[in-house]
Amino acid sequence: MSELHTLGVHEVLERLNRRECSSEDIVRDVLAAIGRIDGTIDGYLSVAAEDALAQARAADEARRQGAGGRLLGVPIAVKDVLNVRGQPCGCASRILQGYVSPYDATAVARLRAEGAVFLGRTNMDEFAMGSSTENSAFKVTRNPWNRNCVPGGSSGGSAAVVAADEAIAALGSDTGGSVRQPASFCGCVGLKPSYGRISRYGLTAFASSLDQIGPMTKSVRDAALLLQVMAGHDPHDSSCLPDPVPDYAAALVPDLKGMRLGLPREYFVGGSDPEVERAIRAAVEVCRGLGAEIVDVALPHTPYVIATYYVIATAEASANLARFDGVRYGTRAAGAEDPIDLYKRTREQGFGPEVKRRIILGTYVLSSGYHDAYYLRAQKVRTLIRRDFEQAFQSCDAIVAPVAPTPAYPIGEKGGDPLQMYLGDIFTVPVNLAGICGMSVPCGFTTRQMPVGLQILGPALGEGSILRVGHAYEQAGGWSHRRPPL
Amino acid sequence: MTQAYQDTQQAGATIDVRYVANLARLNLTDAEVATFQAQLSQIVAYVNEIRALDVEGVEPTAHAAPVRNVFRDDVVVPGLEREQAIANAPEHSADLFKVPTIVE
Repeated sequence: MSELHTLGVHEVLERLNRRECSSEDIVRDVLAAIGRIDGTIDGYLSVAAEDALAQARAADEARRQGAGGRLLGVPIAVKDVLNVRGQPCGCASRILQGYVSPYDATAVARLRAEGAVFLGRTNMDEFAMGSSTENSAFKVTRNPWNRNCVPGGSSGGSAAVVAADEAIAALGSDTGGSVRQPASFCGCVGLKPSYGRISRYGLTAFASSLDQIGPMTKSVRDAALLLQVMAGHDPHDSSCLPDPVPDYAAALVPDLKGMRLGLPREYFVGGSDPEVERAIRAAVEVCRGLGAEIVDVALPHTPYVIATYYVIATAEASANLARFDGVRYGTRAAGAEDPIDLYKRTREQGFGPEVKRRIILGTYVLSSGYHDAYYLRAQKVRTLIRRDFEQAFQSCDAIVAPVAPTPAYPIGEKGGDPLQMYLGDIFTVPVNLAGICGMSVPCGFTTRQMPVGLQILGPALGEGSILRVGHAYEQAGGWSHRRPPL
Repeated sequence: MTQAYQDTQQAGATIDVRYVANLARLNLTDAEVATFQAQLSQIVAYVNEIRALDVEGVEPTAHAAPVRNVFRDDVVVPGLEREQAIANAPEHSADLFKVPTIVE
């Protein structure tokens, strides 16, 4: 048993570049770790062992022949919402059982072009709808720090396998916090780039104006590298920004001199678990010690973010999920008499309760007589929320905040009450509504040894700023290196 | 947050779950209708909070990225082959998607 599976992306690359091990060694070691651990974590929906070993051998051969590649031979786990050619992409839903991707998502293609190896599919809330990964149609993923607790969601499988060292790094997707919140709950780094920074082509759409792909890693430096490879214009996604991609590694300096960090007063009004608030305030002091100036900022429309988000996200989801009708892919219900009957039966049998709930809510807020009162109004409130952040970034370079009001909670605790679950998204959803970037970095533990994440927010295309804050904090007093006792 | 949550439990809101589910092409069992009716009434009541906000003269945000009218050159590029596109279909006939009879 070697320790290769415990390494991050940069450490793996150093070993590979020094010829101390092969990519095949690494993949075999990660597969062995999955074999030992995943029975108690259930982070993976499927592992593509043979495919991954073949990719690793190809990477080793390429290296022998002198080929480059910024991720040559590095194995990465992928959330079940992203298309990887030749692997399943089921969104943890019964309706897509049996689906095999005929193409790579652009983010995946770019990682593949740099030599990354695709290990397998990680569990998630069905169609990324949820905050605990309990909405998967197939299994409940457990938090590696306490197996009775949720890993967060919707990218709970990716967070859990990174934290449990069952992967070197993973990809998630974030529509309202689905990368950052599970990263916080499991104690890894999770980055949600600005809207349009990474192409959404090949990412199964939940809410098209909010969705972004993001890396989930063991260090900020690893997140910067994966972002570097995935970011940039893609003709397959017209919402993908044409702006040049800066050198993110250059942003990783060890101090915060000259930086102003904003503390949103509305995020510290006693609504959070006191242990979470204490960890955030301690992290803020570390940042101050690194030379940052801490300033007070206001986000006055915070009380409206959950309502706005759940109108817009469900409206878009109801339209996006109309494509799952039993005709072109996935499963099909038997016994239908006509096409409408086929759609209705297939969707009844194929979707789980949370997906049905959101489709109904989204259809309702778009329906005749309600569109202006809900959807159009929510879009206007979205403008006000966006302006709050624009205003706040006038007086600071980045904002620091909690990721979630609580640490990971016991499995089953919020399952019966969807609204209570939604309210836990208060600090993450405004970031997607505003289209800005955000990252969760481990910032301590509760007395019960559950991780807490520090959320660092930057303006649109301000990834360099948040990576700088995250990296400096991580180096000075961070907690990214801590691993659960498994 | 907690107060707003409690308020929604008392407020009455109208959503006809069975009617909306039909619009969404979704069959529901009677038990699902009952559960969703209660849960969605509560969620709609909560969401109603945004109706109290003054948004007079505010432009709606459809999406947050400042890109408009993105065009590409009008040239043919390779796409999915027909066989690949049809490979995931639950039922197909030759190279067509098969559906129940639409017109007699």
